[in-house]
Amino acid sequence: MGKTVKIAGSTALSLAIAAASIGGAHAADKIKVGLMLPYTGTYAALGNAITNGFKQYVEENGGKLGGREVEYAVVDDESNPAKATENARKLVSREKVDVLVGTVHSGVALAMAKVARDTRTLMIVPNAGANDLTGPLCSPYVFRSSFSAWQPSYAMGEALARKGLKNIVTVTWKYSFGEESVAGFKEAFEKGGGKIAKEMTLPFPNVEFQPFLTEIASLKPDAVFVFFAGAGAAKFVSDYSAAGLKSSIPLYGPGFLTDGNLDAMGAAGEGLLTTLHYADGLTNARDAAFRTKYAARYRMQPDVYAVQGYDAAQMYDAGLRAAGGDPGRKEELIKGMESATIDSPRGAFTLSRAHNPVQDIYMREVKGGENVVVEIVSKGLEDPARGCKL
Amino acid sequence: MDFASFLIQTLNSLQYGLLLFLVASGLTLVFGIMGIINLAHGSFYMVGAYLAFVLSSATGSLVMAIVLGIPLALVFGAILEWALFSHLYKRDHLEQVLLTYGLILIFEQLRSLLVGDDVHGVAIPAFLDASIQLTEVMSYPVYRLAISAVCVALAVALYYVIQRTRLGMMIRAGNDDRSMVESLGINIDMIYRVVFALGVALAALAGMLAAPISSVFPNMGSHVLIISFVIVVIGGIGSVWGALVAALIVGFADTFGKVLIPELSGIVVYVVMAVVLLWRPEGILKKG
Repeated sequence: MGKTVKIAGSTALSLAIAAASIGGAHAADKIKVGLMLPYTGTYAALGNAITNGFKQYVEENGGKLGGREVEYAVVDDESNPAKATENARKLVSREKVDVLVGTVHSGVALAMAKVARDTRTLMIVPNAGANDLTGPLCSPYVFRSSFSAWQPSYAMGEALARKGLKNIVTVTWKYSFGEESVAGFKEAFEKGGGKIAKEMTLPFPNVEFQPFLTEIASLKPDAVFVFFAGAGAAKFVSDYSAAGLKSSIPLYGPGFLTDGNLDAMGAAGEGLLTTLHYADGLTNARDAAFRTKYAARYRMQPDVYAVQGYDAAQMYDAGLRAAGGDPGRKEELIKGMESATIDSPRGAFTLSRAHNPVQDIYMREVKGGENVVVEIVSKGLEDPARGCKL
Repeated sequence: MDFASFLIQTLNSLQYGLLLFLVASGLTLVFGIMGIINLAHGSFYMVGAYLAFVLSSATGSLVMAIVLGIPLALVFGAILEWALFSHLYKRDHLEQVLLTYGLILIFEQLRSLLVGDDVHGVAIPAFLDASIQLTEVMSYPVYRLAISAVCVALAVALYYVIQRTRLGMMIRAGNDDRSMVESLGINIDMIYRVVFALGVALAALAGMLAAPISSVFPNMGSHVLIISFVIVVIGGIGSVWGALVAALIVGFADTFGKVLIPELSGIVVYVVMAVVLLWRPEGILKKG
């Protein structure tokens, strides 16, 4: 059984390679970009922002990447891991895309990465934060334009230890993104001499926080570090403030706590400090131009997700240029991406050996409905890529 | 845990349990009396929360939104019963599950088209937007206490209507023997319509009340649906009183589970359900 699978697998592989080389023979053909992102469900807004960002870069570039016209094959991944492998395979083998771009949900991204590895298709992850993507499961073919869950949390751990805080309670959902974030925070905070008083978790997506707030009030730590995102984050911040804790015990977390939630949090969010690789109020010219164009083109303000989509296009463009515009010359393409410096609206970044951005992490403060940059808390922070053999 | 924390955790349990009761009471009525497995019940909670968001944005007041929202939910429930659910009474449970699951998808897509996929906050009415200082650092939002008061009042009202009024008598009779009630000349179709509309309105009201503390977001209905079914099972199908007891048990199990055995907090509620099922398969208040 195992043997047949292997044979079938290698046949598929050689067919895929043959297909890829046929594709490469027509150098004048269009570059086909497979966008596999969520366009329905909870993450629809993120999928659309990433798509907008990607297309904006291509349009700024005269509709081209690496000097070649671009066409898209688009699939709604519905943030459904069960359909991920089939969707990714469809894009690779039927649509014959030159590059897979996706996605938001880490479970879906992990399944896509497996397909990318097996079929030797280039893939760029424009959001999903699972450490494993650029850790134990890293691959020459898989790149990330966003962040690892470890990065913003580790930076926050360093920053709070530097502030001299000693005693912190953490709260998160018991799922991988939350646990990886808390682990990253803990690593840096304990290295800096701090102590985690208690790690609280609750099942995803439970949002009944009142018991934890009561416990935090009785433990009286120096501060609370939380990982929450989306609606749960808005609720935690509101509950925290309503319980009267906001004025006595400061609350910190990675930027996912506030991004996209400021409207829902209202006054409860004001003054919160979070860490992320993007912020409002950056002063580089690249960001100003990006924002002006994005706002004019899509009639809304860009967010971190749009930036990640934009940079995914930049990364692939850099690779294609190095390969003379031929997506079939994969070795040169990968080398080109690995050695590129990406001039991102977030600030320039390079890629680590595991293909994750080596980037500055900002401390941001919520002010008047924006995540305004305070300072760079971690300069050129590189994910340790534990378990990656590249 | 010191004594003050213990008391506050008890308050948390009561407050959470009472809100759960509000959602589950409508489900148990519809399930028990009409025999319908209504998976779309969570969607009514979601509809309520979005009504609170849309109407309070338009009128500037949550109270106004609730005053307008309840009649809307009643009408909405009556129309749904007339158009769809009234055809289900004689069908088997599988078809009910199919239809009501389909409704979840339809309501979520409609919500996405009409209001979008963003998370929204709903403002707490100004006269309830305060906190009571309980300990040195912890205070308790007045709004949460107000919700509990509303839930208690509704529980009493429901009990009164079902046990003491003519309508309640007809509802209970319809629950016991539909054909006998019909042969006595009572318009059972109308009673079912009223019960269903009431169930929808209860879930929607729970959504409206919870909107300021939970915020409104896509798929919010699915979270409460599962826990509501747990309550209906623990309390005994069709028993409003049982639902109240069960909701409080779930409130306590969830709250103290999170504090005392955080590693297993996700399963505490389900362990309680399993134990009750083994001990009293008909529900905690019915004799096996």
